[in-house]
Amino acid sequence: MHLEKRLRIGRAALALTIGLGVIAGLLLVAQAFLLSRAINLVFLQGAALADILPLLASLLGVGAARALALSGGEVSAQGLAESVKTDLRERLYAHILALGPAYTRGERSGELVNTATGGIEALDAYLREYIPQVALAAFVPLIMLLTVFPIDLVSGLVLLFTAPLIPLFMILIGKAAGALNRRQWTALSRMSAHFLDVLQGLTTLKLFQRSRAQIEIIAAVSDQFRKTTLDVLRVAFLSALVLEMVATISTAVVAVEIGLRLLHGVLDFERAFFVLVLAPEFYLPLRTLGIRFHAGVAGATAARRIFEVLETPPEVMLTDNARPLPPPSFHIRLENVVYAYGDRPALNGLSLEIRPGERLALVGPSGGGKTTISQLLLRFIEPRGGQITVDSFPLHDLPADSWREQIAWVPQNPYLFNASAADNIRLGKPSATMAEIIEAARLAGAHEFISALPSGYDTLIGERGARLSGGQAQRIALARAFLRDAPLLILDEATAHLDPETELLIQASINRLMQGRTALIIAHRLSTVYNADRIAVIDGGRVVETGAHEELLRQNGVYRQLVTAYAGEQAKPF
Amino acid sequence: MALAALLGALTIASSIALLAASAYIIARAALRPSIADLQVAIVGVRFFGIARGVFRYLERLVSHEANFRLLARLRVWFYTALEPLAPARLAHHRGGDLLARIVADIDTLEHFYVRVLAPPVVALLIALLMGIFLSAYDVRLALAVLAVLALAGVGVPLLTRYLSRDAGQVMAQTRGELNAALLDGIQGSADVIAFGQQEAQLARIQGINRQLSRWQRRMARIRGLDAALGALLVNLAATLVLALVTPLVRAGQIEGVDVAVLALATMASFESVLGLPMAFQYLGSSLAAGRRLFEIVDEKPVLAAQDYPQAQSPPSNFDLVFENVTFRYTADSPPALDSVGFTLRQGRRLAIVGSSGAGKSTLVNLLLRFWDYEQGFIALGGRDIRDYDPEHLRSWIAVVSQNTYLFNTTVRENILLGRQNASEAEMIEAARQAQIHDFITTLPGGYDTWVGEQGLRLSGGERQRIAIARALLKDAPVLVLDEATTGLDSVTERDVITALYRLMEGRTVLMITHRLTGLQAMDEILVLHEGKLAERGTHAGLVQSQGRYFKMSALQNESLR
Repeated sequence: MHLEKRLRIGRAALALTIGLGVIAGLLLVAQAFLLSRAINLVFLQGAALADILPLLASLLGVGAARALALSGGEVSAQGLAESVKTDLRERLYAHILALGPAYTRGERSGELVNTATGGIEALDAYLREYIPQVALAAFVPLIMLLTVFPIDLVSGLVLLFTAPLIPLFMILIGKAAGALNRRQWTALSRMSAHFLDVLQGLTTLKLFQRSRAQIEIIAAVSDQFRKTTLDVLRVAFLSALVLEMVATISTAVVAVEIGLRLLHGVLDFERAFFVLVLAPEFYLPLRTLGIRFHAGVAGATAARRIFEVLETPPEVMLTDNARPLPPPSFHIRLENVVYAYGDRPALNGLSLEIRPGERLALVGPSGGGKTTISQLLLRFIEPRGGQITVDSFPLHDLPADSWREQIAWVPQNPYLFNASAADNIRLGKPSATMAEIIEAARLAGAHEFISALPSGYDTLIGERGARLSGGQAQRIALARAFLRDAPLLILDEATAHLDPETELLIQASINRLMQGRTALIIAHRLSTVYNADRIAVIDGGRVVETGAHEELLRQNGVYRQLVTAYAGEQAKPF
Repeated sequence: MALAALLGALTIASSIALLAASAYIIARAALRPSIADLQVAIVGVRFFGIARGVFRYLERLVSHEANFRLLARLRVWFYTALEPLAPARLAHHRGGDLLARIVADIDTLEHFYVRVLAPPVVALLIALLMGIFLSAYDVRLALAVLAVLALAGVGVPLLTRYLSRDAGQVMAQTRGELNAALLDGIQGSADVIAFGQQEAQLARIQGINRQLSRWQRRMARIRGLDAALGALLVNLAATLVLALVTPLVRAGQIEGVDVAVLALATMASFESVLGLPMAFQYLGSSLAAGRRLFEIVDEKPVLAAQDYPQAQSPPSNFDLVFENVTFRYTADSPPALDSVGFTLRQGRRLAIVGSSGAGKSTLVNLLLRFWDYEQGFIALGGRDIRDYDPEHLRSWIAVVSQNTYLFNTTVRENILLGRQNASEAEMIEAARQAQIHDFITTLPGGYDTWVGEQGLRLSGGERQRIAIARALLKDAPVLVLDEATTGLDSVTERDVITALYRLMEGRTVLMITHRLTGLQAMDEILVLHEGKLAERGTHAGLVQSQGRYFKMSALQNESLR
């Protein structure tokens, strides 16, 4: 798996963690030795307290050293987890950005956020607890075995032959328990989903007088869940029982076996007691590994998803022969451009010209390919066929970042960041002064409602802050565009969420914004389209008509149908 | 629950006994008695070896059983408390976000019993047991061991809690910030890239990440301290036992054989307290989860609990009267409705128009008794709507609104919500009239196709037609259309309106909209502006008077959609 490769980053921390674990194991052996010696002296030699004081002092000393090794191991394991997590998180986010909005849009974004947050955190326990424990489960029992063998061959053999039983059972159980765990987890998430569904649809349920009935349904679903889960758990617990039995019974076998040989005088007490104290510790690292197996599985699953994302090739390939940008009045041509979302075609050989300084409006039924054009111009996606040129140079030869600096983009659903209103506008020009921001907000018709927010321009907006309506969000995006002051303006249904009265108010400022710039306007309102120099009607992934408003009306084609559709409907009574 | 704790204590007691018995065998054997003297202890070792496993198995079974019972009751309790709050008291909570968190909170409480409640009880029982056992030898011995146990079981958790007192909160907050930054960076990636802010966003994520790492390292140090102190205290206890026992052995008060037994039993007893710092941490997250649940449960419903006559017959007619209704959502906010009055006779159609925020939806909320009004009077069939059981009142009103909620279940179940006992033929007829039947038959599973968040995603028009089928099946005398076609494109809108037309036949209709489409068919149109009635009349009349309605419709006629 790829995670092993990434582990190289934390190699030193991993070695330190394992080293400290081994030292703790050695100190445990020393501790057992001192303890059995002291007990031997008191029990059989009739020693006084003063006789064993040096032993007790060293026992405490060894204990303290072991305590240090344990806490050091904890800290260095965290260091390991952190270096790998930090590296992966930053790599993952950088890669998601490289994959671009075409990859992250829609339903996938939620899952990606989960991967970048929860998925990475799931690696924490995996790296911190599971990975070092795998090594320790091999080393520590080995140390104990090596100490026991010279002291008592028989006990050593008992340990040697029972030890493999634990990993063996663990693998057997792990396989079964893994499947059971998954099933139980699915059952839990299903029940939670049902609960969430009911809570979100509560108003609907109330309207149909079904909300009270849900009390019994929720009780029944929960109870059903309890029964099925317990069936699953019973098996899992039974497996754990078997595992535990192997460890305890082995300890018991050692105890009885040593006891009997003591009885016959083959072994002396001190050595026998030493072995007895070590026996449970011998099995402990293996059992701990078994307990952490779950974290291991969860971590491996999370890692798989993270590397899936990391290995997805980005769509936009940055080219090496990056040309310098053309002067700000450029001529854009789309020639026979083809694009498809998966199998769904969006543009079928579309050709379109955007002349310097003109206002070009794109109209047409939804799903016709209008937004795809803006995505291509922003280089969020690359054409599958045909080409886009800027002043006759291929667009993909221009450095993407500096090309985007030439564009001010107002999307239909702009994203508001968890930041102040001012910072959200500042996105358009990070170096903007407060006065510039307020001016931009004023022009976009946003100043009034921002001033009315609890802390004005300092009010936190976005997911966790004050809620803005779709129309208000669009005015923030317009303010960004005013601040941006770029030669090419792309308005993608930029006023769709505004009510007609508000739209009328800011239409004047939009007109001002378009002054002296090349503008691509995707719109549905006639007032915006009227003023365009040219209108291109897009349908079925192609340009079907182009021309000025009157010209198109005369053609009696798709445009005329669009303009009259509304009036026709208006005339139709209920 | 008590049984589970008892079983937990028995599990640890068995392992103490196992080690003690083993120590006894070896110590006794060292004195070379006959094998018969060891028989009891050998049996004991075998017994405790097996008992430990069996007890642990039973303990897990019993505690999980109890736990899931508790969770099931918790869900029912929470839902029962929440149900009367919807939707008025939940409106200011963030829709799905909060609810999703609540569901996660209830799942968090899954650990409450097994990891928070049981461990201290088990530790207490074991301490008691050790106290009795050791007192049988010497009281000072018992006190010394109990003191160290208390240090490990109470002192260490308190210390780690003190050291990490704000860490939990700060870390939760930092993690929240990191998640928010990642959410921004991923969901807002188009805006980030378009404005060339990739580096800045990455730097922001790195900054928060570094901060989180710092706290995580601090937590690791605390965990390390915890582990170190635990190991140290076990050691200290063993040393203390040896130091105290040695003089007693010499004095002949304790047999030499018992030295090993006491030392090992003491060390084994620490198993019960070493998990307690973890229990404290789980306690923190459980309390936070519980607090969030209570925040909701403690809200007061807007409708005071009230007894209604068991069986209320429907009124003889469904005339709807609003008289001087004034309403504010909170005491200090401006009125959402200000002295609004109108009469809608049974079988007539009334439209209420106005831009967003004019108070249109408030009217519907009051009629459905999601909120209660303060001034004025709303009557249905000649009686104040407050005299009806809200459940009955809502059974006479069908609503098709802009946000149709589809449940994660089959198309069939979603339509049958309108009337649970409808026959297959009735359901199909409703779907046919709502013009969705043909579409449903093309779905892979037909009426049994799974829809909703986890199933098939339906388009806006399809959702609205399912809502219409529901309303048709409900067959209520009063119909409320609350922005039922908002957000649909013009072609879809036309289809939905055709289906709505079927639904409106023979019903008393209250239509709320800001799209001035097809209003010629309404008997009366009210124009609301900032909570007040601005204009009223028929479509033709309002157009003629060239007021607000006229302006709104002129703006709208420019639309190309």
